[in-house]
Amino acid sequence: MEHGEGGLRGGMRDGAPISLASLLLGTSFGVLAEPVMGTVAPVVMSAIVFAGSAQFGALAVLAAGGGAGAAIAAGVLLNMRYLPMGISIAASTHGGWLRRGLAAQPLIDAGWAMSYRGEGRYDVPYMWGVTVVNYPMWVGGTAIGVLAGDLIGDPERLGLDALFPAFFLGLLVGEATEGRRGWVAALLGATLALTLAPFTPPGVPIMTACLAALIALVPNGDDS
Amino acid sequence: MSSEWITILALCGTLVVTKGVGPAALGDRDLPPLFTRIIDLLAPAILAALIAVGTFTNADGDLVLDARAAGLAAAAAVYAVSRKSILLAVGAAAVTAALVRAIA
Repeated sequence: MEHGEGGLRGGMRDGAPISLASLLLGTSFGVLAEPVMGTVAPVVMSAIVFAGSAQFGALAVLAAGGGAGAAIAAGVLLNMRYLPMGISIAASTHGGWLRRGLAAQPLIDAGWAMSYRGEGRYDVPYMWGVTVVNYPMWVGGTAIGVLAGDLIGDPERLGLDALFPAFFLGLLVGEATEGRRGWVAALLGATLALTLAPFTPPGVPIMTACLAALIALVPNGDDS
Repeated sequence: MSSEWITILALCGTLVVTKGVGPAALGDRDLPPLFTRIIDLLAPAILAALIAVGTFTNADGDLVLDARAAGLAAAAAVYAVSRKSILLAVGAAAVTAALVRAIA
């Protein structure tokens, strides 16, 4: 993706098209969550958790009759990738510890991947910009899904569960794989995740896939 | 308090810590070059894993091949023509997955 403009405004502009996907995904979360959690809780969850995979993961546990402990465990594991992602942007945040910790709160997968500027640096205001436009669409979409679930029906029938892999593929081909090592890391990460998925709780495969980035430690003369 | 509200509050609190602890603890010190090269590869690794798990596993984590794979293939076809057409690719993926489900 071209980055004509950095900073908050650039992130808002580049994040706007994505926010349509956020709206649809938020809607499908609302549709699926309403029978399990009622009308208010799903919207509050989108507003204060604001993490799609963890919300879907925790919802799946609650829908299957699991308790809060199991739902929290699933959500926390699905969110564990934000630990290395947070560490990765640390050097791009400024100020005291509280300010830096707060600067990381708008961290989402898309904004994080899009705000990378190479050399270990992230455009953190740009990342905020992506979140600023996506947040209302995610929360608003959830509200639409909760209220209009009967009209919308089964989100899977509309193919909405195919949205987010397609979207992340766009980030992968557009941003994240400049150079051969990027593709090797991607293949290795996907392989690790799929190998672990049948045997580990949700979230562990994604977290473990981070280890694929350690191929950077392998010396390679013709590194692209 | 019911289990959904406990879940919501716990996930909110843990996520704030998970996101914030790295920047809060590490600060804006300069990174060693090796760390920078690892960060370079973190996004491809995480994105590819999200794609793979989101497409080829079901809710139980079992490996499956279903309409989502057709959707991903449609998206890949769009990106092969134009890498920047994210919205078009995402739309193609949803429509393809929906069509495959309608036929199957």
